[in-house]
Amino acid sequence: MDGRANWLSLMAKSPVKFIDECWQKAGLSPEFEVIRSPEIGSVMVRGRMGGTGDAFNLGEMTVTRASVKLSCGTVGHGYIMGRSKRTATRVALCDALLQTGDKQQVKDNIIQPLILLKKESDQRILAKAAATKVDFFTLARGED
Amino acid sequence: MYVAVKGGEKAISNAHQWLAEERRGDPDLPDTSVAQIREQLSLSVARVMAEGSLYDPELAALAIKQSRGDLIEAIFLIRAYRTTLPRFGYSKPVDTEAMRCKRRVSATFKDIPGGQVLGSTFDYTHRLLDFKLMAEGDVPKAEAGTPTDGPMPHILSLLNKDGLIQDEISSDAEPGDLTREPLSYPADRAVRLQALARGDEGFLLGLGYSTQRGYARNHAFVGELRIGFVTVEMSIPELGFSIEIGEIEISECETVNQFQGSKSEPPQFTRGYGLVFGQQERKAISIALVDRALRWRELGEDDLGAAAQNEEFVLSHCDNIQATGFVEHIKLPHYVDFQSELELIRQIRRDALMLEAGE
Repeated sequence: MDGRANWLSLMAKSPVKFIDECWQKAGLSPEFEVIRSPEIGSVMVRGRMGGTGDAFNLGEMTVTRASVKLSCGTVGHGYIMGRSKRTATRVALCDALLQTGDKQQVKDNIIQPLILLKKESDQRILAKAAATKVDFFTLARGED
Repeated sequence: MYVAVKGGEKAISNAHQWLAEERRGDPDLPDTSVAQIREQLSLSVARVMAEGSLYDPELAALAIKQSRGDLIEAIFLIRAYRTTLPRFGYSKPVDTEAMRCKRRVSATFKDIPGGQVLGSTFDYTHRLLDFKLMAEGDVPKAEAGTPTDGPMPHILSLLNKDGLIQDEISSDAEPGDLTREPLSYPADRAVRLQALARGDEGFLLGLGYSTQRGYARNHAFVGELRIGFVTVEMSIPELGFSIEIGEIEISECETVNQFQGSKSEPPQFTRGYGLVFGQQERKAISIALVDRALRWRELGEDDLGAAAQNEEFVLSHCDNIQATGFVEHIKLPHYVDFQSELELIRQIRRDALMLEAGE
């Protein structure tokens, strides 16, 4: 999970409750200033006609974003699905910290557990879906 | 003469108090939490998100609670909230081929790459009331299988290889957005699919059914129906690259329809397409049927005068918030309007009587 796009994507998709738990456990309290106050807004989600054709607007989803600057000057941006200003700020802080010498602490306490959680929840759904896959069999018709 | 009056504040405030009390129901019973609604009435939540045109399960659950389970009222609340949100931007089109499917079935091919996956479906249940649900109790855990990592391609892409089905090619055209520009006619397919995605499920179900019964005459097969999770990606200006901003559950239906061919097109199968928020396959199928019926012009088919072919009729009436606003407003005071009607009819009768007397 190196690379800014990767960790930002992971955090944006993760459950707010879990991010908050990880943040609290990590015990991080960096000094920072807010450069963009947390803001709840929407993003218009697009689809494609027939899955591959021209784009169309499907409907919106709620998103919260925030931007922070650490005392060392590193800027972090946070995006999170849903409405949680506090979590969006924490994601922005993680984004900033991951660009500094504190990155290992964030990786170990926040990013790694989030990767694990995502893997588990994906796996849980796919496993249940797999159990509902149809096995077809042909009935013998007794005609030799 | 009519004199303008004020009043009713006290009655209104008392009415709303009573509403709150009735919403709560019997106080001896535990209050329903928003989280319970989100988890246990998740298909109502899906409908409110789709027709409210805002994906946020928690808000949809709150709206259902506030509206006492009146889903159109809940959709109204979500639409109203939606208008207060600043728009951060547009996502990239979601990649439904990469969907992590909870359910994926095809009615056209039995053996398909990835298989027929039933998911948590009501299909094949006996539709008998389950009285066990009246008693509290735990449910057994669902069986888990071994997921295969193999691809789950869109079924219609298999037909496409032989050129037997009309192709869906992307032109990178910027789609219209009816939350920014009011509907105008003729509407293109992008705007139609947006309107249908937020259209009333019941209305679209009825229209879809009408196409099957012969109004618009296009016999559809469900080529594929898939339900699952897709990631939503958006490019972020302050970052200079794109990130995934979330993951949403959607339902997608692709229908295969017969097509005789026209002056410009060889005989081939054509497509109807339905995409909608949440686990909502009835709606996805209905959208696909109506989408196909509305494509008569571009496919060079005849206008058979069917309701489902009439773009203006379908799109102007599928929005249940517009519809309920207009239908329900006639219960509100129209004292002045009616007074003038009353005056008019009295005048006409007077004139008629005088005419009679004069003869």
